Amino acid sequence: MTDTTVTTISTRDWLLADSPASRAQARLGSAYRAYLTLRRNPLTVIGALIILILLLLAALAPFIAGADPIAQDLPNRLKPPGAGHWMGTDELGRDIWARVIFGTRITLEIVVLVAIIAAPVGLLVGAVAGYFGGWADRLLMGVTDIFLAMPKLILALAFTAALGPGIEHAIIAIAIASWPGYARIARAETLTIRRSEFVSAVQLQGASNTRIIVSHILPLLTSSLIVRVTLDMAGIILTAAGLGFLGVGAQPPQPEWGAMISAGRSFILNQWWVATMPGFAIVIVSLGFCFLGDGLRDVLDPRSGERR
Amino acid sequence: MSLLEVEDLRVSFPTPRGPVEVVSGVSFTLGRERLGIVGESGSGKSMTGRAILGLIRPPGRVVARRLVFDGIDLLAQSETAMRKIRGARISMVMQDPKFSLNPVMTIGDQIAEAVKAHRRMPRAALRQRVLDMLVSVRIDEPARVAKLYPHEVSGGMGQRVMIAMMLIPEPDLLIADEPTSALDVSVQRQVLEIIDDLVKRTGMGLIFISHDLDLVAGYCDRILVMRNGEVVEECAARDLAQARHPYTRGLLAAVPRIDESRAELPVLERLA
Amino acid sequence: MNAIELTNLDISYGTTQVTFGLNLAIAEGESFALVGESGSGKSTVLKAIAGLAPEWRGGISVLGQPRRHGVDRATARATQMVFQDPYGSLHPRKTVDQTLSEPLRIHRVGDESQRVEAMLAAVGLDRRFRFRFPHQMSGGQRQRVAIARALMLEPKILLLDEPTSALDVSVQAEILNLLKRLRAEQHLTFLLVTHNLPVVSFLCDRLAVMRRGRIVEVASVEQLKRGALQDPYSRELAALSGGAALATV
Repeated sequence: MTDTTVTTISTRDWLLADSPASRAQARLGSAYRAYLTLRRNPLTVIGALIILILLLLAALAPFIAGADPIAQDLPNRLKPPGAGHWMGTDELGRDIWARVIFGTRITLEIVVLVAIIAAPVGLLVGAVAGYFGGWADRLLMGVTDIFLAMPKLILALAFTAALGPGIEHAIIAIAIASWPGYARIARAETLTIRRSEFVSAVQLQGASNTRIIVSHILPLLTSSLIVRVTLDMAGIILTAAGLGFLGVGAQPPQPEWGAMISAGRSFILNQWWVATMPGFAIVIVSLGFCFLGDGLRDVLDPRSGERR
Repeated sequence: MSLLEVEDLRVSFPTPRGPVEVVSGVSFTLGRERLGIVGESGSGKSMTGRAILGLIRPPGRVVARRLVFDGIDLLAQSETAMRKIRGARISMVMQDPKFSLNPVMTIGDQIAEAVKAHRRMPRAALRQRVLDMLVSVRIDEPARVAKLYPHEVSGGMGQRVMIAMMLIPEPDLLIADEPTSALDVSVQRQVLEIIDDLVKRTGMGLIFISHDLDLVAGYCDRILVMRNGEVVEECAARDLAQARHPYTRGLLAAVPRIDESRAELPVLERLA
Repeated sequence: MNAIELTNLDISYGTTQVTFGLNLAIAEGESFALVGESGSGKSTVLKAIAGLAPEWRGGISVLGQPRRHGVDRATARATQMVFQDPYGSLHPRKTVDQTLSEPLRIHRVGDESQRVEAMLAAVGLDRRFRFRFPHQMSGGQRQRVAIARALMLEPKILLLDEPTSALDVSVQAEILNLLKRLRAEQHLTFLLVTHNLPVVSFLCDRLAVMRRGRIVEVASVEQLKRGALQDPYSRELAALSGGAALATV
């Protein structure tokens, strides 16, 4: 069945094909359609670009910073933004631009680790509680409620006080404060999903509860969880900055943005750039996550998922 | 003069692969009579009803050579003007009262709100009007029902409440979009009789949208059969058995009968 | 041996009792319909037989074996169900292939790929549907997938909960034809729950009319076609479903 003329199908058509020929093509097709929808919203594109830039800066920090973030240069302390130092220097003469760039690494580390720890834990707890109901539900939700009852920052503060200052402990503390929210959402959605007919259908096939939760329920929870986590990242950054500001997060001389703001407090009137530059960075990155999260919600919302 | 004139109505929606027309060139006129629009899902029948009421929002596009209601060009009206027409002169009853009634307001409050939207009345007169409307749709204990919430009444009763609400301002045209599809067979008959009664009494025009050809044939004066956005057949209800278009004949044949004797049901040819 | 036997069946949801002392026997290879309006309890009976209903008292026996509460492997292979809503009975994130292979995986039946393709052909779906997601298919196509899924484990009994109520008229005709053919080919026993009497006339041999949790009449479909039902409620239902077209009895 060889043809002398080969019809090549464009990648776009292959991805948008009505009848995929393999599981991989089906999955890639879905992802592509999601990408097209995301692209349509200008705010989402801006958010995605901001995050992309964040990732690039973190990866290429040594090449972009142009200076050592922890090298002190006392004669040049508190210089305003200008030719040699794009964001000026801080009270120890360190280049603020370099510190902000290297600070992206710390920010990313915090945000990613908190998400990786808190989200799966919350997801599992919520799904199990929602699916089984009864005493399992009451027990798990009781524990969740205990954690939810305390304000995030205070809770994180309490844990770092117990564990000691430092960025790793700050990450654990924020993760502990974050997982209950995800558990609540996962549980609420599981309650709806568990009454669906496709769950009844697979129960009728003799599937074990583990299979139902892992293979049928969890995949449906990931959409709203991804949206929730992305939107929360702004809050996580702010909490980390808050801890840093209070001195219990990243320790000097690490260029953590919150700690930088704290250090710049005393000079804010005359040397505004010391505190404001890292402040801008926090605002921009938080906004980026918010925009992206909103856009993801439009794409991944399970209610409109049918109409994708 | 006819109540509604529709000429070359087209409704389209954008998709990643280009705009798709869900209603393609529908034309008909309606006097003070009962018109049934029949079709399967995707035929565009509901969209036609919504287009008349101006309920299709961007990115959907509605164009027509003529869309005139009682001398008013509906396409040229502003949203404010349409709001005055909607409900007061053209009303719509939808399929499932579960979704079209406000779940957090009592039935009496919702009907009262519908009345207040079009006329100001002292409170005592308002309460009496609400009870009168409930009686007109054959609800036996209007005072009791007025205090109930939508989820506390059956589907049939909810639908009757919906009809009551929609007919309060005494519109000239009622568009009923599958009003009995979500109801049990025994209740369907009752709801249809109520609509019939009200239509006869007030001389309203009625557009009855449904997927049930037999139901529409027994109930309406004229029938339009739609398929893929186009009208494929237009005939008087009593002439349905002599319908000419193969699609209509196919639909008629594909429905099982209670005295069914065929081994296999005839199947319509698929377009796609 | 009867395919299904119900003895004095009482089903409850919490404190509400839904059925009252049901007695029914359905023979093997028979196509039986449970007819009634909403609130009659007919769907609940189906769920109890499948093992999905919460609490029931009395006796349910399937293929001669008394049933226990809940689902187990043996019952899964004997009895399967087709649900009403083609939009809710398929997992939105799984392709047709995954949905159909799953029961095979659970029961460790091999030859997945071949069986999936064979079943798609049996329900009249082209191979190109194999890797589609539910939202990329029409209601009729989804219902075919649901039927295929129910038949993957080669059950003897198929429970059908209003399988065509949510479908267009022309699609309904196709699915009804398909069900009739599959039943003949695979010698299945059907228990169909519906409020639509003409469908019963086409697909079934006998029927039971239920009202508010009780069976008011058991009759043959022959009687239904002749307009010879006895109970006044049954006659009213028949009349409303187009039985008025029949000569007055």
